[in-house]
Amino acid sequence: MKIIIIGCGKVGITLAEQLSEENHDLVLIDTSAQKVQEIPENIDAIRLYGNGASINTQMEAGVDKADILIAVTGSDELNLLCCLIAQKTGNCQTIARVRNPIYSKEIGFIKERLGVSMIINPEYAAALEISRLLRFPSAIKIDTFAKGRVELLKFRIRPEFHLNNVLIKDIRRKFNADILICGVEREEKISIPDGDFILKDNDVLSIIASPKNAADFFKKIGLKTNQVKNALIVGGGKLAHYLANLLLDMKIKVRIVEKDKARCDELNELLPNAEIICGDGTDKNLLLEEGLPHTEAFVTLTNVDEENILLSLYAKEHSNVKLVTKVNRIAFDNIIERLDLGSVIYPKYITMDYILQYVRALQNSIGSNVENLYHILDNRAEALEFAVHEKSPVTDVPLSQLQLKDNLLIGCINRGGKIHIARGNDSIQLGDTVIVVTIQKGLRDIRDILKK
Amino acid sequence: MNYSIIIYIIGWILKAEAALLVLPALTAIIYKETAIWSFLITILICLAIGIPLTLKRPKNKVFYVKEGFVTAALSWIVLSCMGAVPFVISGSIPNPVDALFETVSGFTTTGASILADVESLPYSMIFWKCFTHWIGGMGVLVLLLSLLPLTGGYHMNLMKAESPGPSVSRLVPKVRSTAKILYGIYLTMTLIEVILLLLGGASLFDSLTISFGTAGTGGFGIKNDSMAGYSVYIQVVVTIFMILFGVNFNAYFLIIMKKPKKAILNEEVLWYFGIIIGAILIIGWNIRGYYANILIALQQSAFQVGSIITTTGFATTDFNLWPEFSKTILVILMFVGACAGSTGGGIKVSRLVILFKTIRKEFHQFLHPRSVKKVIMDGKVVEHEVIRTINVFMVTYLLIFTISVLLISLDNYDLITNFTAVAATFNNIGPGLELVGPTQNFGLFSNWSKIVLIFDMLAGRLELFPLLLLFVRDTWKKF
Repeated sequence: MKIIIIGCGKVGITLAEQLSEENHDLVLIDTSAQKVQEIPENIDAIRLYGNGASINTQMEAGVDKADILIAVTGSDELNLLCCLIAQKTGNCQTIARVRNPIYSKEIGFIKERLGVSMIINPEYAAALEISRLLRFPSAIKIDTFAKGRVELLKFRIRPEFHLNNVLIKDIRRKFNADILICGVEREEKISIPDGDFILKDNDVLSIIASPKNAADFFKKIGLKTNQVKNALIVGGGKLAHYLANLLLDMKIKVRIVEKDKARCDELNELLPNAEIICGDGTDKNLLLEEGLPHTEAFVTLTNVDEENILLSLYAKEHSNVKLVTKVNRIAFDNIIERLDLGSVIYPKYITMDYILQYVRALQNSIGSNVENLYHILDNRAEALEFAVHEKSPVTDVPLSQLQLKDNLLIGCINRGGKIHIARGNDSIQLGDTVIVVTIQKGLRDIRDILKK
Repeated sequence: MNYSIIIYIIGWILKAEAALLVLPALTAIIYKETAIWSFLITILICLAIGIPLTLKRPKNKVFYVKEGFVTAALSWIVLSCMGAVPFVISGSIPNPVDALFETVSGFTTTGASILADVESLPYSMIFWKCFTHWIGGMGVLVLLLSLLPLTGGYHMNLMKAESPGPSVSRLVPKVRSTAKILYGIYLTMTLIEVILLLLGGASLFDSLTISFGTAGTGGFGIKNDSMAGYSVYIQVVVTIFMILFGVNFNAYFLIIMKKPKKAILNEEVLWYFGIIIGAILIIGWNIRGYYANILIALQQSAFQVGSIITTTGFATTDFNLWPEFSKTILVILMFVGACAGSTGGGIKVSRLVILFKTIRKEFHQFLHPRSVKKVIMDGKVVEHEVIRTINVFMVTYLLIFTISVLLISLDNYDLITNFTAVAATFNNIGPGLELVGPTQNFGLFSNWSKIVLIFDMLAGRLELFPLLLLFVRDTWKKF
């Protein structure tokens, strides 16, 4: 597909990297010549210097033949304008990043009347993800498939779970649990394990299961599954505002520490039920006084990544709370991962995932049938949801007899709203949706899971 | 909430109380009274509870404002409960509620008594009663701070909770040294008064107990007629010392530091003396017909004014018989109270001065709606936060006052009695008017009303918020 991306900031670049890997024709536009020059070499795309909201620039980028235009500049208004112009000149789908809470209340109007196909609000998306994590604090990351009927959960094995030196194929028998382990991260290495894989303490497991079965399994291994009762949030930006709203709806007590007095007043007005503390979140004593040792969740959302990471490390020393750390900018994912900070939220990846999902779904209507896609295992593997629309070599054959690609796993089969964790004698049938976990990127069809 | 350190400090409070109880025990030995046993038993109880609580130093030494407030409130409750034990055991005051009332009245430096006949008590009991005034005047936590090697600045939070007045200032950088200096000044002034009273011919026992009552601005009389039976010399000495103990102790520190000018030019102290002199002159003129000459009238007026404004509560005459105008002035003085940072109670002069300045500022704001004007005290801007706290203090004060009057009105006494009973206990004064006037006592109230008044005395001494905080649910929650 032909895709135009306007705005080469953090999100724009990450998105371009991903899309170029998936073999789309890309045009990147930015008003800053320097930014255009700094686009990494590995991105195979046309680079254009100019104002994305100008018709001339858009025509130069070939908007009349483009399939999708994605506007992710820093300004909401500019993004919307780019989309409007693209629709008038070309005939493409448009995606705009809009983060101002005022506009996000008017998404319905913007979509329907202005014709923008998708509005993505990174802060709100991140807040949703964090709230999901706090509902189920033992997991590092939670994704949902099949409209919430299947969850993909990530958690770290602790010694008290007694999973050290256990074979994966024994788990089902040992715990009588209907779950599937679809990924193991050990130190830097990522594997999609088979039944003979031996688990060790400190491995990070990704499992696929229905929410009920997952909860069952966690109870059996002794992992707490209760939603947190309170949360201490450092940094009172938009994300904190969205998050506090979501948490308060879940009856979670919220305390926000924010430096700026004016912003504190504003937050107090917006969130009358949250406790707003005006003070420097990096002040150790302030955090201790405001109940860091007693809180059940500690969420760092300041604008400085280093600050967030340090605060989380400090909190880890002091108590055994659920940590959520926001990282906006820093690219050293694997080092951060090694710090064992609990859940790390990368708003740029969340934004990217949302947009990629949309692009894939669009592609689906053209030629592929990926319904949903998640980056898991540190962005190095994907979990894809395929819809099976037609007969093919993969259908009606027991899974154990399929010649699957290496490092690929069929997670579960959704048949008429019922979820089956895939076992050897199951088979894929017409009308199913199938969740596949793989390290190979760019699968477009269920047939791609077979060895060529 | 750091419970371990709160319990640790309360353990120390009990140990300190055991040590302080040694003095009345000695008195009992000197006068060969059987009451010695009740003191010894109480000392043992205090040690039996206090020593285990202080065996282990808590690891977590963090101590925030809320811990300070809760510790102060709980300490005072524990202190009062244990202090009441000797009265009950010895049978001097058999009813536990009465004994508690008497002890709380002592520690909070109120001086309201339920006893009709003080003189019938053993000497050691009278000594203990008066000694509680002296302990409560400067505060037992401040005493602990000056003695205990608790390190760190956290303990300023304890001092804030116990010291009267809208703001507490450090005299020297270290909290412990500040506490030591305060107790040093307190002790020296008490000793000077004792010596002056001895020179006036009072016995050692009388000199000590009267000085304790004056220093703490307490006001337990050791005679049934309070101070009326003493010579004019002793009355004048007591008048002067009552007024001196009502002055902000910072002023004395400044004098010691050889900055007397700064001490005298303190706005609060000037207002304090201004109010006292004005009240003495007006009342003296108003009651001139009741006494042989204007000088005696002025001396009587001065004693009563000094006694009431510093919230001491001694009396040399039954001012309940004075003309209404004078009585009303005294009732108003009850609310004014002494200076912040003194041993007295009441609303405090500095709060009132700031309130009046706020009112003036508000008028100014009506005339010039856009003008910017700050309230200035002692040449420094009073922060909005301080003003806000004072306003809230006043509202809370009125609320508690009103509810207390309502609650004790169940006993069906007249309004003046109820009103002044609450005013006299809430402001830590002692005698009120009518049925609780200077020649009467609080014994007539029911146990229920006494409990309400006990609460008022504690709330008044700790300046409302520490005690009220105990009833806020969030105080006890961890997050």
